Amino acid sequence: MTLPDPGPWGAYIAIAAMALATYLCRISGVALMSVIPLTPHVRRGLAALPGSIVVATVLPLIERLGLAAGVALLAAIGSMILRRSELLALVTGMAVISGLRALGF
Amino acid sequence: MSGTEPHPPAPHAPPVTRAGMVLGVRRVSVLLPGIIVFAVAFGAAAAAKGMTLPETLLMSGLVYGGVSQLVAMELWRPEWTWGAIAGLTVVTATVNARMILQGAALQPWFAHYPKRLNAFHLFFYTDANWLIGTRYHDEGGRDLGVLIGAGLALWVVWVLATIPGHVLGALVSDPRRYGIDLVMPIFFAAMIVPMWRGRRAAVPWLVAGFVALVTAKLVEGYAFIIAGSLAGALTGAFRDDAA
Repeated sequence: MTLPDPGPWGAYIAIAAMALATYLCRISGVALMSVIPLTPHVRRGLAALPGSIVVATVLPLIERLGLAAGVALLAAIGSMILRRSELLALVTGMAVISGLRALGF
Repeated sequence: MSGTEPHPPAPHAPPVTRAGMVLGVRRVSVLLPGIIVFAVAFGAAAAAKGMTLPETLLMSGLVYGGVSQLVAMELWRPEWTWGAIAGLTVVTATVNARMILQGAALQPWFAHYPKRLNAFHLFFYTDANWLIGTRYHDEGGRDLGVLIGAGLALWVVWVLATIPGHVLGALVSDPRRYGIDLVMPIFFAAMIVPMWRGRRAAVPWLVAGFVALVTAKLVEGYAFIIAGSLAGALTGAFRDDAA
């Protein structure tokens, strides 16, 4: 292979490669589902998917980020149950995590 | 966009309206403070890694995926080889692979619209957008303008907010201290509340959480999102057979 080194264009090629990979992720799920027939099974699977994505994203992050993060996320969920405001939930969660981290947790 | 076409693509194609776009902007506005802080943190990290402002803006504008951009900063380097670029691409794809599932989850809605319109608005499809779209669709909304308005507004804010982060980098040298690493997890966790449909519907979520935790223990990186989500969807798909 005589591919020339990326040289001074390396950063731009890297950004372009990241952009392409990300766009393919964005469209491929939609493209895939457009060829899969919507049977009752598939429909029920899709119905369970959003909540599953949320839980599968958040739980391991709590595990990785630590107990203080878990407390902050619970506070955000509690605020959401009481007031149904994403902004308030965010403020609550970030206030709790900043406070706990300032205290050394 | 679709306005110039002589015929609607499907007999009962739901609309794309200006009112929908405005609603989308309003829905996304509550998420903006968190997104701005996230973008500032990314701009600061990029400056610290020696990225120029044009490179930083280009990445925010073209990649437009906050978590993957922050992860890329861990791998960023002054000199690039093809191998390093390939590695970065693979990491980006694994971090953003959740978008495959997020797209699949809303595909029954998108299917009513022309392919080209979908190809366009999916460029702006991201976590916040997916959360807004999911909630709106759950409420019975079908106007794709909501997703387009939210996506465009968020994109503009995301790109612009990268600039002060890059310029004032040192001010947010430790994003952890202000809980910036928790912005997206907080949004995700808060979404569980409007998504809640009772304990029975939450069984697949438990499976998803368990599989994700185990995968995160065994495998480096972000594969746990995909493994957990697929396990939850499969549980949802086949669970009712026994009953």
